[in-house]
Amino acid sequence: MKNRNSFKKRSARIAVLLFGLVALLGGGYLVLGLLEGEPVHAGPPTVKLINQSQYANTIAYVFGEDISVPPQFPPVNRIDGLLALGSANTAITPGVVERFYRYGNQIARQVMEPGRREYLVPCNPANAEGADAQCATLFIEQVGRLLYRRALQEEEVSGYVTMAGSAADTVNDFYLGLTYVLTAMLASSEFVLIADRLEDVPGKPEQHRLDGYSKASRLSFFLWNSSPDEQLLEAAESGELHDRAGLERQVERMLSAPKYRESIRGFFADMLQFDEFENLAKDSLIYPAYSPSASEDAAEQILRMITHHLVDLRGDYRDIFTTRKTYMSNALGALYQVPVDPGVDFVPYEFPRSDSRAGLLSHVGFLSLHSHPGRSSPTVRGVGVRESLLCQPVPLPPPNVDFSNFEDPAGEFKTARERLVRHSSDAACANCHMITDPVGLGLENFDGAGQFRTTENGVVIDVSGELDGIPFHDPATLGEAVRNNPATTACLVERMFAHSINRQIQFEDRTVVERLEKRFSKLGYRVPELMRNIALDEAFFAVSLEEESAAEEIVSVH
Amino acid sequence: MARKDMTRRRFLRGMMAGSAVTVGLPFLEIFLNANGTALASGAPIPVRFGTWFWGLGMNKNIFVPKKTGKDFDLPEEIESLASIKQHINLFTNFNATTDGRPNLCHYTGWVVLRSGGVPLDRGDLPGQSVDVTIADAIGRGTPFRALDVTATGDARDTYSFRGRNAYNVPEVSPAKLYQNLFGPRFHDPNSGTFTPDPKIMAEKSVLSGVVEQTASLSRSLGHEDKVRLDQYFTGLRDVENQLALYLEKPEPRPACQKPGVIDEEFPSGVDSKLVAQRHELMTQILVMALACNQTKVFNMTYANSFANTVKAGYDKGHHTITHEEIEDPVLGYQVMASWFNRRAMESWAYFVKQFADFPEGDGSLLDNTLIYAHSDQNYAKIHSIDGIPMFTAGTAGGRLKTGLHVDGGLTPGTRLPFTLQRVMGIDVASWGEGANRATTDISEILV
Repeated sequence: MKNRNSFKKRSARIAVLLFGLVALLGGGYLVLGLLEGEPVHAGPPTVKLINQSQYANTIAYVFGEDISVPPQFPPVNRIDGLLALGSANTAITPGVVERFYRYGNQIARQVMEPGRREYLVPCNPANAEGADAQCATLFIEQVGRLLYRRALQEEEVSGYVTMAGSAADTVNDFYLGLTYVLTAMLASSEFVLIADRLEDVPGKPEQHRLDGYSKASRLSFFLWNSSPDEQLLEAAESGELHDRAGLERQVERMLSAPKYRESIRGFFADMLQFDEFENLAKDSLIYPAYSPSASEDAAEQILRMITHHLVDLRGDYRDIFTTRKTYMSNALGALYQVPVDPGVDFVPYEFPRSDSRAGLLSHVGFLSLHSHPGRSSPTVRGVGVRESLLCQPVPLPPPNVDFSNFEDPAGEFKTARERLVRHSSDAACANCHMITDPVGLGLENFDGAGQFRTTENGVVIDVSGELDGIPFHDPATLGEAVRNNPATTACLVERMFAHSINRQIQFEDRTVVERLEKRFSKLGYRVPELMRNIALDEAFFAVSLEEESAAEEIVSVH
Repeated sequence: MARKDMTRRRFLRGMMAGSAVTVGLPFLEIFLNANGTALASGAPIPVRFGTWFWGLGMNKNIFVPKKTGKDFDLPEEIESLASIKQHINLFTNFNATTDGRPNLCHYTGWVVLRSGGVPLDRGDLPGQSVDVTIADAIGRGTPFRALDVTATGDARDTYSFRGRNAYNVPEVSPAKLYQNLFGPRFHDPNSGTFTPDPKIMAEKSVLSGVVEQTASLSRSLGHEDKVRLDQYFTGLRDVENQLALYLEKPEPRPACQKPGVIDEEFPSGVDSKLVAQRHELMTQILVMALACNQTKVFNMTYANSFANTVKAGYDKGHHTITHEEIEDPVLGYQVMASWFNRRAMESWAYFVKQFADFPEGDGSLLDNTLIYAHSDQNYAKIHSIDGIPMFTAGTAGGRLKTGLHVDGGLTPGTRLPFTLQRVMGIDVASWGEGANRATTDISEILV
């Protein structure tokens, strides 16, 4: 430990020196990864299952946004707060593959529908009732490259063309032949599994690095939440991504592309556990205003608020916990008691100063997601804040809790605070409830559907409390306490870095994480700057075959 | 609500319009041998295996019958089982133990009863679930090795797994379940003619070619990722096999009638009425899928182990109420928690009844089926895992007695899945680990 500490201090000093230097040279932004020579911890190469939004974004890029992508992808486990890490660990059962085949078939059929195929297939077959090798080749080369995120090998192309041809001849339909090939390509591991590929470092045959295509994919899924585009693939092929200046050029281009917003949306939807919205339903008798469309809009509202704040305004990440600027839709209007014209999609909206709402925590999406179907839960909300925003795992309740202390047959407890106070009186419960409940009690002015209230069962709700020693007296000041909590920004950096490299952060990653945190702070907690720094850090592409869990083997899989 | 009802009616109409009583029609009888136990080809009617899961156990005082053996009583929490009593066995007082490991609430219990092992943590799934073992043994030769469905609308609600991180993902939507089973690829096994569809032939040969070509690519991977890639190829081979099966003339199945189209999506949510309706619709599709030989193995989740089922207008869900509700001083049990348990038992009765009422051969589909049902806890309020209630339904082709209440005398609950595997023809001498190791059959139920 002693060694590690002194090492940390040393790297911090170097970082500060370099910061000054680069700040002078680098102009508007700061690049990292200049600590060459500092050891960077490298994880094993990863194989990750493409997730639903990445799949959808890729299909939209390759075939257009009007192709509908099936909802409800197979679920994966959340690991260290992120489904992204679950995707890099999940086993792949036959049922999952069967689903991907089905999805592929649904998409291929849409692509080859009359009206679409005329522009999605870059040529007209000489004979639509049979094989046309030339036209099939054009299509397969063009599409295959974007789906497989690499150039297809010659024998792959010729193999696919032959298969498409004999299928077309069998069924007397050129487009049906292509449908089957496209289905199989969309179901192929080459598309569905995002697998790192390694190559020898030129001149250093003992060392490996990610090949250009793998770097392109890593960049693209990180900065666009989608597959690489043609330009990025070209950069991979030309070696540009192995070159510092070339890499910077691509990262700049990607950060300023409209698609960059998708990465912010994808990352925060994961970190904030928005997959839970898929199964979120409220009791319609208790919360009649919480319609399915309100639920959908509640998630969208937060994603718009965050994306606007972080990308359009280049805002400080911490301010998403205090900002009064958001968006409002018609379906949400009923829950917020804000009149919005019917049929209005989303309009910018600002909570007035007199309103108790400010920041992420007082958005309906956060409040309703972390509640029961028929009532609010300070504990569940507290767990939500601790685990998903502060990266502080809360232990599960012990199996043998004696609930008799909490029974309230006479209905004496009018508010959640009165009910929960009992938990704190029981030593076995208190340890965890004291870290979750005070935060959640600060949000009790909002019911299980996120609607504002001042009383519960006729008793005025007390929303004061403290978060890690910082007092708050209402939801807005609770937002400020979360904003100023050092764990808030540290958590984001950890999650973002883990998400970018597809693996859990280990102790050995501390050096990198700490320097990323420092840069994040110096650069005013601008998330795009954080992502730039990650993408340009040598740790981002670092992979090693020397991990014990990844004994080197060249595998030919059958 | 009207929407849901309409869906159900439409489905039933579809079945009835196709005359579900077709089994009685003489022309179909020619497909069966004289005593109705085998198909005309000589192949016996297959025995199917399935599981049914409900969360949060029971209120023992009003669930466990006073009498054992035949003629057992039906205390109030299971009084809805009257109509299926003769088709089921109830197993109480069987033990599951943590074997010195932590009792992971709503997890350890069902993992023990599904796999025989005790999990170390919440991500741990020792071995594979018993339905997977059975599916691997008998599930070939049908388009689907197993059908996994959940009535909760949540694809995470499954109790079938091949190992850590390898859950089998259930279908959540009745419409999608219908489409997968009875969509364009479905061929009526009773239609006289069969011509292999050249489109499926072409599709299959393309898939085989692409898989072969991809598999020949070499790459450097760690061991675990190599395993995952292998799993992927295994899955693709399964899809190929599925397509290949659609190219074979299916064996006539007299009881098979393609149900009417279901294409409306159910709303999401776990309101108990909605769950019951989703469960009914999915059960009907499942029953027909079995009759049409689309699969031989199935897993149905009625409610998950943390059952979050709600009652409209009542602000606490099932799981919350099991912990927070006081036992009624007069009745001696948790009234609302029991309300939810009773809904689960009604759905279990519905499930079994659908199988029992569905004619097949000279008996019912249930006669050729073995269903294993269990929960995750005994008394959810205190997370006890000793005496988790279990059921079986069906005789597995005449191999099991039914209509019995068996008291396990605190012997391992794993004895039931152990016995059921042996009934299904799997040669195991023991099953389970440590204190949960089962070595003796539950002989009371064996014919």
